[in-house]
Amino acid sequence: MKLPFDLPLNQSFEAGPEGPAVDAGWTEPPSRKGFFTDTSICIGCKACEVACKEWNGVPQDGIYELLGSSYDNTGALGASTWRHVAFIEQRKPLGGEQTGVAEPEAGGPPVDLGMPSFSRPGESGQGERSDFRWLMSSDVCKHCTDAACLDVCPTGSLFRTEFGTVVVQDDICNGCGYCVPACPYGVIERREGEPGVKNVGIAQKCTLCYDRLGAGRTPACAQACPTESIQFGDVDELRERARQRIRKLHDAGVTDARLYGADPDDGVGGAGAFFLLLDEPEVYGLPPDPVVTTRDLPAMWKRAAVAAVGLAATAVAAFVGGRR
Amino acid sequence: MSADRPAGVGPAPGPAPSTNGRRRRGGGGRREQPVVPDAKFESYYGRPVVKASPWKPDIPTYFFAGGLAAGSSLLGAGADLTGRPALRRVSRVSALASVGVSLYTLVHDLGRPSRALNMLRVIKPTSPMSLGTWSLTAFGPAAGVAAVAELAPTLERRLPEPLRWVARLLGRSARPAGLAAAAVAPMVGTYTGVLIADTATPTWHEGQRELPYIFAASAATAAGGLGMIAAPVAEAGPARRMAAIGAAVDLAAEYRMETSLGIVAETLHEGRAGRLMKASKVLTAAGAVGGIVLGRRSRIAAMASGAALVAGSVCTKFGIFEAGQASAHDPRYTVVPQRQRMERGGSHGAVST
Amino acid sequence: MAECHPVGFQWVTEAKERGARVIHVDPRFTRTSALADTHVPIRAGSDIAFLGAIVNYILSNEKYFKDYVLAYTNASHIIDENFRDVDDLDGVFSGYDAESGKYDPDTWSYAGMTEHAATSGPTSHAEGEDEEQETRQEEQQQQGRQREQQDQDGSRHGSGVSASGEHAESESSRAAAYELGGHGAAMGAKGIRKDETLQDPQCVFQILRRHFARYTPEMVQEVCGVTPEQLLDVCQAVTANSGRDRTTAWVYSVGWTHHTVGIQYIRTAAIIQLLLGNIGRPGGGIMALRGHASIQGSTDIPTLYNLLPGYLPMPMAGQHHSLDAYVEGIASPDQKGYWANARTYIVNLLKAWWGDAATEENQYCFDYLPTLTGDHGTYATVMDMLDDKIDGYFLFGQNPAVGSAHGKMQRLGLARLKWLVVRDFNMIESATFWKDSPEIETGELKTTDIDTEVFFLPAAAHTEKSGSFTQTQRMLQWHHKAVEPPGDCQSDLDFVFRLGQKIRQRLAGSTDDRDRPILDLTWAYETEASGEVSADSVLREINGEFVSGEHAGSALASYQQMADDGSTAGGCWIYTGVYADGINQAARRRPGSEQSWVAPEWGWAWPSNRRILYNRASADPDGRPWSERKAYLVWDEQEQKWTGPDVPDFEPTKAPSYRPDADATGPDALAGDDPFVMQADGKGWLYAPSGLLDGPLPAHYEPQESPFSNAFYSQQSNPAREVFPRRDNLQSPSGDEPGADVFPYVFTTYRLTEHHTAGGMSRFQPYLSELQPEFFCEISPELAAERGLEHLGWATIISPRTAIEARVIVTERMVPLRVAGRTTHQVGLPYHWGVGQDALVSGDSANDLFGVTLDPNVHIQESKVASCDIRPGRRPRGPELLEFVADYQRRAGITTDTGNSRRTPSDSPNAGPRINGSRPRTDRSGTEEA
Repeated sequence: MKLPFDLPLNQSFEAGPEGPAVDAGWTEPPSRKGFFTDTSICIGCKACEVACKEWNGVPQDGIYELLGSSYDNTGALGASTWRHVAFIEQRKPLGGEQTGVAEPEAGGPPVDLGMPSFSRPGESGQGERSDFRWLMSSDVCKHCTDAACLDVCPTGSLFRTEFGTVVVQDDICNGCGYCVPACPYGVIERREGEPGVKNVGIAQKCTLCYDRLGAGRTPACAQACPTESIQFGDVDELRERARQRIRKLHDAGVTDARLYGADPDDGVGGAGAFFLLLDEPEVYGLPPDPVVTTRDLPAMWKRAAVAAVGLAATAVAAFVGGRR
Repeated sequence: MSADRPAGVGPAPGPAPSTNGRRRRGGGGRREQPVVPDAKFESYYGRPVVKASPWKPDIPTYFFAGGLAAGSSLLGAGADLTGRPALRRVSRVSALASVGVSLYTLVHDLGRPSRALNMLRVIKPTSPMSLGTWSLTAFGPAAGVAAVAELAPTLERRLPEPLRWVARLLGRSARPAGLAAAAVAPMVGTYTGVLIADTATPTWHEGQRELPYIFAASAATAAGGLGMIAAPVAEAGPARRMAAIGAAVDLAAEYRMETSLGIVAETLHEGRAGRLMKASKVLTAAGAVGGIVLGRRSRIAAMASGAALVAGSVCTKFGIFEAGQASAHDPRYTVVPQRQRMERGGSHGAVST
Repeated sequence: MAECHPVGFQWVTEAKERGARVIHVDPRFTRTSALADTHVPIRAGSDIAFLGAIVNYILSNEKYFKDYVLAYTNASHIIDENFRDVDDLDGVFSGYDAESGKYDPDTWSYAGMTEHAATSGPTSHAEGEDEEQETRQEEQQQQGRQREQQDQDGSRHGSGVSASGEHAESESSRAAAYELGGHGAAMGAKGIRKDETLQDPQCVFQILRRHFARYTPEMVQEVCGVTPEQLLDVCQAVTANSGRDRTTAWVYSVGWTHHTVGIQYIRTAAIIQLLLGNIGRPGGGIMALRGHASIQGSTDIPTLYNLLPGYLPMPMAGQHHSLDAYVEGIASPDQKGYWANARTYIVNLLKAWWGDAATEENQYCFDYLPTLTGDHGTYATVMDMLDDKIDGYFLFGQNPAVGSAHGKMQRLGLARLKWLVVRDFNMIESATFWKDSPEIETGELKTTDIDTEVFFLPAAAHTEKSGSFTQTQRMLQWHHKAVEPPGDCQSDLDFVFRLGQKIRQRLAGSTDDRDRPILDLTWAYETEASGEVSADSVLREINGEFVSGEHAGSALASYQQMADDGSTAGGCWIYTGVYADGINQAARRRPGSEQSWVAPEWGWAWPSNRRILYNRASADPDGRPWSERKAYLVWDEQEQKWTGPDVPDFEPTKAPSYRPDADATGPDALAGDDPFVMQADGKGWLYAPSGLLDGPLPAHYEPQESPFSNAFYSQQSNPAREVFPRRDNLQSPSGDEPGADVFPYVFTTYRLTEHHTAGGMSRFQPYLSELQPEFFCEISPELAAERGLEHLGWATIISPRTAIEARVIVTERMVPLRVAGRTTHQVGLPYHWGVGQDALVSGDSANDLFGVTLDPNVHIQESKVASCDIRPGRRPRGPELLEFVADYQRRAGITTDTGNSRRTPSDSPNAGPRINGSRPRTDRSGTEEA
């Protein structure tokens, strides 16, 4: 089968106006697909994590140990966690919500939760303890418009699908690991483990259920989400939906609501999977200003050229100097 | 499970011992305390935002060996053209040996070594690893021929008459091959700097302005150093000069990097990376000075200086590698610079409403 | 709800999206609280005080729905003049017998009707036992062959715990604890006296006023730890959102039922909903969230020992010697409503079971039915095991070793069986207790001494069999088999069918009368191509059919078609119609977009596919909608029938103006404005004149174990609760009793989204286990500081029964409450983990901490609240654990009597003056408050 990435120059430093698929060489592709994850209605049930693993045959992750980070025991996205639900307990008011978690009258000083985060009971934020909220958010690969993992992949294993998503071809990846440090979100990861573990040694991440999309079906996580916190569809339509949701929440007094990754002008040209958050991105473990590293690559090559010439010149100088 | 944890003991300061040897979930830096608590800085339980590369010491070794190969082939070509047979021989052999090491480490670090050749499926300008692999592919054989050609005279004597043409052919192809390798060498010695700069690893990406120069210079010091060790003082002049220039550029670029990275520069000063970087500076400086001052007088001093230079180059490559890994493990080095960039108005970030 | 019913919670988020306000009352800040508009933290076990204050607010601020209350409830009914309320008798209602600890409900009934007890509607029954903590509904059978006395020395198993530790009162409690299965003896509807002005001091409305007058905001602060502001906010929200134009719904789960006053929790909510007119109307009602897919179905067609299908009671030995005596026990011939047809329902059931063998002559084989001799509930059965009265036990998808209260008693009981059959997906702890239970570690059990022969039979999952789920709204939804069961896995239905066949083969040709009930059973079910018995054919038998006459062989369309002369047969009268027209109506899946908003063509709801029970109440007495916004059922004058999007829960052509003749009975006796068609008087019961064993009105009692004394009166706990004073069931001192401070904290148990009940379906799955890998306790930062507990460290939690260890999660989601003038801490414990070797993740079981004390109505255990101590570090191992717990018992001065006197003695410290001085004068007479 003739895949577009076999063309020597399938990838770009910046996507063109027709969107990533066309840019990657697809002719008349279907509309770009993606996720809008509305964390304001996420109930943290983790059905997305389980459905993803069931459908994609992702092995159990890590070891059976309590992480102590609220109800999150999978920690972060990784080779064997393609959907990850974050739990954040905060001493901040959620628009309009009355928690009734009143300032206690007794009790000693705040105790160290043993967490490196700077939100321990008693010092978490400025608010009263009656201001309390529990944020939940299902994270996933962003399927960037300008995808660093795709750009740096030396084998062409990572490729841009006709749906504008970014997918690893398990039978091509040789596990060089370059995509891992390249991703500005820390999503893709090389699967470690005993020989025999499925796809061990190669890069793994969310495929946005490429196989299901091909069959005209909804990705497993969105299908399983009970509250439609994870919405799947055409990226353009989802972005509009997201803007309306933001307006609605702001009107309802939830002024913390904001979109993340929905702006085509951001550092990755906009994410195919974007989010409605209720706090700063880093609180959810997301970078506030992710930039696709290859955006700077031309400049890097220029400097490299200068350095290379300099190296050659050094050699010449070393000998020429010797003739004197 | 952590049934082995004693009663009443809270979370372990570092990652708890994973008795069954399986990877602890959530990334290595899960429990890492930021160095200086920063009130403005927030993170998700201190977990990394970006992932550190999965690379083992193979990769910094490869960075060093690739640089040494490049520098050596340049020295070899120069020595060939300027009639320094000893230096030529040393350099050509060194070039072949180190490119061999490069290829071995590259393949060995792969998650699926059997698929190493998939690197040659495509040519991608956006992937420094792709272009680098192709340049190594060009460099390797040329350097190989040049090195093997050093055996031509011996062969010519040993081989029976009907086969001596092989040796002669080899001898005649030595210079072209050497020059060809030398032509690709600057690329081979430099691209690795771009390779690591072209990532989201804070120290590497922020260091993109200096890394190509550091890597190129480090290649020169390593090759020069080896020349000083292996070649007679009389012929080692170019090696000494090459090393001296390399050292000067290397130290200057490292200084600029450490002073221009802001908070991320902490990773170049602290921990293992910090020790390595300090060592690399001391060794490189000492080696360069020693080479210039004593290199032409005493073979012993020349060898000592050369060794210091080679070691300095090793420390530089490992130091920068370690610094990058450390910067990826701590979310501060990802978040704070991005916040500062946004405050400077350099970017509006990924948040919109 | 978001925690345990995430899929159902989507409708809450939908309602919120449309402007509904969501209020969450819970001891903990849960996933539900995270999405609610308001979270009200409350002390576990104090809900009646909280709900009672809402009733008080409604009454004292005239917020009730006057027209509705007057027309559709028994507010105007006059109660027997001899009735005395708890405030008059310091914590007990009239008719209490301190000796037996039981009530004689005579004085509770309507004036002029001393004949006690009446029937309550099907849905109001058995909220309790429908869901033990192990919510995968238990089915058990036991062979009750009494052993010779000398076998009972208990030494056979080397177990120190045996019947010898049992107290006489416990014995009697178990022996005498039979109840009416939720169905009392009949109550006539004739001659009920009313005062439409609601002024008579003996009318229900005035009794209600007096009863709840003391449920003030101050009391709520004192008892629940809820501030007056929070309470007022809830009261205003609930009342503002009720009335002609709006309705409010209440949703509860086992946090309300698992108490010694569980039934009364629900009763209090029912009173609120009736006062506000939120019953029988769209958007109203009280929704019970059940613990798993078909637990409603397993009470409709019960796996409960004291019920027959369709909420018919089990016959009682001695009382129900004949079919007639049995039927009279259910409903008097002259009462109103559909229970008057009880004879029809039982005859159809008997015909369905025994077919041609059931004839008029032999009372339709009525005497084939087993009769009850006492309490044969789960816990009584376990105690019988310990007394070696039980030989064998079946566990169908139940894991009592982990899921039931007092896990140790459960496991020690299992260890005394001769044989145990476990049907499950995995090697659950109840199947492996003999080698890896905690008692093996402590030395209380020794594998080589356990004679129990355990048979493990792999079960088919719901995807591997066809059948119906009945969900909490009484809707049956059919699921088709997706794949064949792997290996030896077999559906429960097929297993029971085959077992029946084998037993019948063994008994074939027997002349022994006692074998007739089994040999005469109709056991000929169709089998499918796979060889399995057809669930569809069973559903058809449940639906029923005409056995004779012109329609012989065709399915019944509704229970109104049932006859009591043997010409029809039906396995469960309330399910009749699910197979109307010979079609499996439960399998209907027409999308909501293609039908009315009530979606009557999705699945099938009993009875008669009604989606809202008592929906006659959605219209005013004249049959007009209460408001356009809430219009549902309407009386069509032209058509002379009830019309609306739902099936009328009423005779379709009975006009609002209809008034029955004086001598009418049953359905005919229901007037056109009697919406509550299952009630003997056709009205909603603000006050229950009969049917309950622990009082006609809800009254706040402290839990069996509580660090606080009852702020309302001397009586500490429910005086009618079932107590079991045994050496192996010690209880902590409560309130002001000496030693209560040894167990100063309240603990509660609950489920997490990531696991299912006792873990039989989740702790064996890597994808679920990794999400919640370890047993933990949730505590507030303040408690952590007070006890020196560290986040992610270990804690040992101690109750008078045992001590368990858990990882510590310190979280601000747990908040200290101000109760009785002091700060109280609650410890949260998810109960999914158990000690064993086969599950991927294991840990101590929270249920081991609980003792066994039961609600008298349905024998549900109090397992949502008890007292504990908590300290840093891991628990002792081996025999030291027993010594560790014994030391606590000594320090608290615990004996088998502790906490087990039903009536709080006047010399008890808890009978002392109330903390807030609000203790009532015990000599006060009811009239003073009138």
